[in-house]
Amino acid sequence: MNFTQIGKPLKRYDAAAKVTGKAKYAGDFHVRDMLIGKIYRSTIAHGYVKKIDISKAKALPGVVAVITFNDTPDIKYPTAGHPYSTDPKHQDIADRQILTNHVRFYGDEIAAVVAENDLIAREALRLIEVEYEELPVVLTVEDALANDAPEIHKGTKNIVGKMNYEFGNVEEGFAKADFVVENEFETQTVQHCAMENHVSYAYVDAQDRLTVVSSTQIPHVVRRIIGQAFEMPVHKIRVIKPYIGGGFGAKQDSCIEPLNAALTLAAGGKPVLLDLDREESIIGTRVRHAVKYKIKTGVTKDGKMIAREVSLETAKGAYASHGISPVAKQGTAFIQMYTTPNVKFDMISVYSNAPVAGAMRGYGIPQINYALESHVDDVAAKIGMDPTDFRKLNQVKEGDADPKTKLKILSCGLEECIDKGKELINWDEKRKKYANQTGDIRRGVGMAEFCYGSGTYPVCLEIAGARIVLRPDGSILMQVGATEIGQGSDTVFSQMAAEVLGISTDQVYLESTTDSDTTPFDTGAYASRQTYVSGAAVKKAALECKSRIFEAVKKRKEIAVEKLDIKDSQIIEKNSGKVVMSLADLAMDTYYSRENSNPISVDVYNQTKSNALAFGVTFTEVEVDIKTGTIDVIEIYNVHDSGTIMNRQLAEGQVHGGMSMGMGYALTEELKLHPETGKTLNNNLLDYKLPTMMDTPDLGVEFVETYEPTGPFGNKSLGEPPAITPAPAIRNAVLNATGVSFTRLPMNTQRVFEKFKETGLI
Amino acid sequence: MSDVLKKITFTLNGKERTVEVDVRKSLLDVLRDDLELTGSKKGCEVGECGACAVMINGESIDSCIYLAVWVDGKEVRTIEGIEKDGKLSEMQQAFVDEGAIQCGFCTAGLVVSATALEERGEKMSKDEMKKELSGHLCRCTGYHNIASAVDKVINK
Ligand code: FES
Ligand code: FES
Repeated sequence: MNFTQIGKPLKRYDAAAKVTGKAKYAGDFHVRDMLIGKIYRSTIAHGYVKKIDISKAKALPGVVAVITFNDTPDIKYPTAGHPYSTDPKHQDIADRQILTNHVRFYGDEIAAVVAENDLIAREALRLIEVEYEELPVVLTVEDALANDAPEIHKGTKNIVGKMNYEFGNVEEGFAKADFVVENEFETQTVQHCAMENHVSYAYVDAQDRLTVVSSTQIPHVVRRIIGQAFEMPVHKIRVIKPYIGGGFGAKQDSCIEPLNAALTLAAGGKPVLLDLDREESIIGTRVRHAVKYKIKTGVTKDGKMIAREVSLETAKGAYASHGISPVAKQGTAFIQMYTTPNVKFDMISVYSNAPVAGAMRGYGIPQINYALESHVDDVAAKIGMDPTDFRKLNQVKEGDADPKTKLKILSCGLEECIDKGKELINWDEKRKKYANQTGDIRRGVGMAEFCYGSGTYPVCLEIAGARIVLRPDGSILMQVGATEIGQGSDTVFSQMAAEVLGISTDQVYLESTTDSDTTPFDTGAYASRQTYVSGAAVKKAALECKSRIFEAVKKRKEIAVEKLDIKDSQIIEKNSGKVVMSLADLAMDTYYSRENSNPISVDVYNQTKSNALAFGVTFTEVEVDIKTGTIDVIEIYNVHDSGTIMNRQLAEGQVHGGMSMGMGYALTEELKLHPETGKTLNNNLLDYKLPTMMDTPDLGVEFVETYEPTGPFGNKSLGEPPAITPAPAIRNAVLNATGVSFTRLPMNTQRVFEKFKETGLI
Repeated sequence: MSDVLKKITFTLNGKERTVEVDVRKSLLDVLRDDLELTGSKKGCEVGECGACAVMINGESIDSCIYLAVWVDGKEVRTIEGIEKDGKLSEMQQAFVDEGAIQCGFCTAGLVVSATALEERGEKMSKDEMKKELSGHLCRCTGYHNIASAVDKVINK
């Protein structure tokens, strides 16, 4: 494909605003007399509030309002950032109340205050007195399913949901296999730690409408959720998203907006800021599901996997949030990666008295991918095959169809990704060299691969809107419902529009603010859907704008529309290249012509009914210090097939960030709860170990560009995938270095040391 | 004057300012809430993330754990004071050019610290530079392009 704008390393167009401190995030607005909201959080993990006394807090000078669960509507609503479903069976679980008297995790929201300033608000919290009736704390799947387990949500038996499938017959498959390999794996709870905490402010405007300005990935969905929480029609609600300081899925959930709305209502409609601190953001928003796996594969002598089975369980915390979706989706990845005739999957997700698991970059796939790709290396080792050859023999390729959805793979560069990765890390030579090491310092190379969808079709609706207005000077104003949260979607959308319209990107103006009143509908930033789904809407809008432009030219110049094109903002005759008129002249005339005035503005929606798989690999080399249990990542490469790369620099940036998140997942990050009280022990950035600059080596990125026919420009997903494979690749490199099969994340120094002791290495 | 308010005089982004500050307030809160300079960000409020870094007498400091009253008589530079003659500084431009910015929430603090490092005028290895800047957390970029941007300017 010959593109003029797509693929160019265009600088992010919000870069200057961000590098000068001018970009305004939700906490940066100076609204006159803004009040401060603060949440009173429970100091037990499970039980009921027996008594609550807010009189002292209310009496404190400077306190405007104190509300408890008695003051908020007795309505249960869902919080997940999913599109609404008109089918009640497919709707999100409504188990949340704005404030609760049934405490379900340590830090649950019982009451809240509004005060003139932060200090008074904090003081008021200290004056609230609560007496609890405590219930046993449920933290594991076993606890939750015990006969005498207290119900965290009445009538659920603590089960959020189950899902299973079987294709073929795994029992027969295992019976025919030459070898059967079984493992158990376990992943930990981690948190998104977007540098900007959850923050919003809310007020009632002069038209008596509830307005919430929020750091959210899903402004249109949040509007609907606030409506559900108050049983209020959506026309009474407006949600605005300014610049966002990262989301990673924690902001694909309506964690704070309904409460913020309740606070402004309690304060007579005055503006109230609800700015969570880091400690609250970590426990009180969302986390990644910790999952336990039992996984089993039957393989023939010549390396064909003929039966695979996995069962997984998760204790997902106090509220349903995204329900079973981030766990059920793991079943999709499990079957999609390798073409095995007999595959079985089953899962169970239960409530527990812990911080709520929801969406996080990769939506469950980093977990299953860790288990699956670690296991696959163990299977390859069992039959003495090179892990890359073993994968190539079993993995999906172009033309294969997903047995569940029947969607066919139309582009697949996975094999090329592997070859590229091998070359970058110098695989063959190093695998040999590191085969039989002794000594305290050992090196190893490892890899892992993934596939990942673009959007949520066919499970969810995929709809996106775009609006383009041709302005009098020939530039365009574009509005999209899709949300820029740092990933660079706005920049890429402007490239797309410029590409179709034959103009340069500086002629495209895109407002970074999403406003549910004025921007077209779109379900938001998640599922790596935006260039694929929202991009399709942008393309459609630009094509329609172009044909409207040609119609307008035809009216004026009597040239058939098929003969026209636009190049560098000039309307030209396609064949001769002769300039007919400038886009600016035409635009001016569409506004001010006495005969033909009809300014061009298009407003389109596009529903996507396809879902392309993106592919990729991580290759890494590690150095393991056997005596201390330290793992150092020496080299690491991600190679991706995301179809056409829209903007190389931004794409690389996405990959870097994902790799870093994946490395943190592999080596250091773990949110810990007290095993009895359920209190989170390390909800701060000192004890919760994010990778720092010093921990991060150079990050190698390559792309294998395929052309995906269902993508608007041949493109597929890229946002989440880079975070998926670093953890299993590092794990497999440690296996190569030491011969030890690790089965738990993170592989932090202590755990590695203990495992080496257990396996007799030290 | 109530006992929680104190008048202080300091230089802020090249201009002398006299302000009355609440003695309990951090410099970050005074910058953001009282002086409406919201470029410095709040990521943790306890000195763990670096989003709030500003230069005090040329040294990069987490303004969230520095009381506002302590800047009396000192010189403070925030992200709003990094541009030169209305143009991006070399460091800012390098952040833009190298793709070191994504959500931008860590950017202000990093640019301030990197500028302080640049103004020290020493060349340093990438590892030394990374050590200097390791008090800044960034969740979006994996630091790769940030390291390239800073390296490009300080080791040019
Ligand atoms: S806000 Fe100051 S270091 Fe995080
Ligand atoms: S760019 Fe988002 S935290 Fe650094």
